Amino acid sequence: MELLAAAFAMFYQFGDAFAFLVIASAGLAVIFGMMRIINLAHGEFIMCGAYVTAVAARTGLPLALAILLGAITAGLIGMLIERLVIRHLYHRPLDSIIATWGISLIATQGVLIVLGSTMAGIGTPLGSVEVGGQTFSAYRLVLMACAGALLIGLYLLFYHTRFGVLARATIQKPETARALGIDTRRVYGLTFGLGAALAGLAGGLYAPTMTMVPTMGATFIVESFVTVVVGGADIFVGAAPAAAILAVIKATLTAGYGQLFGQIGLLVAVIVVIRLLPGGLSAWIKKTGR
Amino acid sequence: MQNRDVTLTPGTKVDRKKLPIWLSRLEGPQTVGSGPGFWSLFVVALIVAALYPLFANDYAVGNTAYFMVWTFMAMGLGVVWGYAGALSFGQTAFFGLSGYAYGVLTINFGSAYGFTLLSLLLAVALGALFALLIGYFMFFGRIRGVFIGIVTLSVTLVLEAFMAQTAGPQWAIGSARLNGFNGMSGMPPLTIPWFDGPILLYAGTSLYYVLLGLVLFCYLGLRMLLNAPFGNVLVAIRENPERAEMLGYDIRIYQMLAFTLGGALAGLSGVLYTAWGQYITPSSMGLMSAALPIVWVAVGGRSDITATLIGSLLVLATFQSLTIYGSQYALVVMGALLLFTVLVTPNGLVLEAMHAIRRLTGGRGQ
Repeated sequence: MELLAAAFAMFYQFGDAFAFLVIASAGLAVIFGMMRIINLAHGEFIMCGAYVTAVAARTGLPLALAILLGAITAGLIGMLIERLVIRHLYHRPLDSIIATWGISLIATQGVLIVLGSTMAGIGTPLGSVEVGGQTFSAYRLVLMACAGALLIGLYLLFYHTRFGVLARATIQKPETARALGIDTRRVYGLTFGLGAALAGLAGGLYAPTMTMVPTMGATFIVESFVTVVVGGADIFVGAAPAAAILAVIKATLTAGYGQLFGQIGLLVAVIVVIRLLPGGLSAWIKKTGR
Repeated sequence: MQNRDVTLTPGTKVDRKKLPIWLSRLEGPQTVGSGPGFWSLFVVALIVAALYPLFANDYAVGNTAYFMVWTFMAMGLGVVWGYAGALSFGQTAFFGLSGYAYGVLTINFGSAYGFTLLSLLLAVALGALFALLIGYFMFFGRIRGVFIGIVTLSVTLVLEAFMAQTAGPQWAIGSARLNGFNGMSGMPPLTIPWFDGPILLYAGTSLYYVLLGLVLFCYLGLRMLLNAPFGNVLVAIRENPERAEMLGYDIRIYQMLAFTLGGALAGLSGVLYTAWGQYITPSSMGLMSAALPIVWVAVGGRSDITATLIGSLLVLATFQSLTIYGSQYALVVMGALLLFTVLVTPNGLVLEAMHAIRRLTGGRGQ
C-alpha cells in the first residue's frame, strides 16, 4: 500500500508537469508547426483566456463554459490579429516575431492600465482526493485528463477531418495547395485562430490555480518554448514525446529542489538537446524510424 | 544588402592608399557613411557632444550619460542581429550577469587602486564567456532563425527567476547579498586612480566624458571590425549561410564570435548601469527589459551600426519623455512603434532617413 501511494505521488507529479507542458505549448506548437511563426504574444493569449474565464465564472457561468468562452475569445482576437498584422509578414519570420512581441507589450500594458495590476481570481474547484495519507488536488487530475484529450483531439483534427487535410497540404506544399484551389490564406487565418484559441484554453484551464495578473502569460512562456524547441519542426511527431521527457526532468527536479530548479533543468535540457539533436525530437524520430 | 550602392569616389580611393589598413576600414561596404561630408558631420556631432556639459545643467548631463550606458548593448545587438542575422532576445542575460558580477566583485574587494576598473573588465569577460558558452551550444547545434530567439529569451527569463528568489542571508557571495527581487545595491561607482586621490565617477560630468569616450571607442572599433574581413563574412552569413559555407568559412565560429562580442557589449552596458546607479535588480533581465534593446535596434535600423547608435539614443530619449506622462503608456507606445516599424519601415526609421539623405545629396556624405 505504501509503495502504491508513493507510485501514485510520482505519477501525480509527472502527470502534473506533463499536463502543464502539453496544455501550455499546444497553441504555440500549432502556430509554429503550421506557419513557422513563433507567436511571442502566446502568453498574452493565455492571459486573455484566463481573464475572460475568471470574469465569466464570477458572473455564475459554469466553469467549463467559462473556459470555453475564454478560448473562443482568444481565438477570435487571434484571427483578428492575423488579419491585421501577421498576414503581411509570412515571408519574414524574424519580423513576425518582433511584431508579435510588439503586440505582447501592448496587450500586457494595456490590460495593466485598463484593469489594474491584479484581478479577483476564482478558487480551485473540486477539492482534493486522498491517496495513502497524502492529499492531491482533484482539479489537477482533471487537467491531466484534459492534456490527454487535447493531444487526441488535435490528432483527430489534423488527421481525420477535411480541415486537417487542407492544413497539412498547405504546410507541406503551399504552392501546390493553392494551385489545387485551397484558399491558403484562409487556412493560415484559421490555424492562427486555432493556436490562439488553444492558448486561451490553457489560460482558462489554469485560471483557477493562478493569481490573475497582466504578466501571468510569462509564467507559461519558458515551458512552452522549451517544449516546442525540443519537439522540433514537426509538432505532431515531436511535441508529445518532448513534453513527456521534459516532464520527467521537471517533475524530478521540482520534487527535489523546487520550482525554479525544475525550470533551470528544462533550460539545460533544451540547450543540450539542440546540440545533440539539431532538428529536435521529431527529426530524430523520423530519421531512426526510416 | 542595402549598402550595395555605397561606392567610394575616386578621390577617397587615393586617400585610402596612404592610410594604414586598419584606419582605412573606418569606412567600407558594411557601414553607411563615407567621404568628407560624413566625417565632417561626425566631427561636428562629436564637438557638440563634448561641449554639451558646458551648457546643460548637471541633471541633463547625468541623464544623457544614462542614455549612453545603454548604447553598448544596442550596438552589440546590432552586430548579432543586424550583421550576423541571429536575432537574440536575451542580451539582457549578459547585461544582468555582468552587472551582478561587478557588484559582487566591488562589494567584496572595495574600490581602492582602481579595482573598479579591473572589476569592470572581469565582469565584462564573464558576460562574454557566458555568451560564448550559449553561442557554442546554439551555433554548433546549428539552430537558426526563430530558435535562437527562443533559447536566448528562455535563458534571460530563467536567470531573472533565479535572481528573484535569492532573498535571504543564505544567498550571498562573500559579503555581497543578492537580495532577491529587491536587487543588489551599495556597490561603489567606477573610480579612476589619479595622483591626488581617485576620481569618483558618480552620475555627472566626469562620467559623461568617460562614457562619451567609450561610445566613441566602441563605435569606431566596430566600424573597423565590420569593414574588415570578419564583418564581410558575417554579412555573407546573414545573406546566405549555405553560400558562405560553400565558400569555405566555418560559419559556426563566426556566428559564435559575433554572439560573444554582442554578449561582451551587453555586459559592458550592465556594468556601467550598475556602477551608474549603484544598484541592479533581477527585473533588468525580465521580459520587459529584454524587449527594449529589440525596440531600439529595430526602430533605429539594425543593419548599420550608425543607425543603431543614433536610433537607440533617439528611442531612449523619446521613451523617457513619455515616461514623464506615465510609464505605463510609454510601453504601449513602444509596442506600437515596434509594430509600425516592422510593418511600414522594416529597415528601421533612422536607416531609411539616412538613405533618403544620401539620395538627396547625390551619394556623398551620409
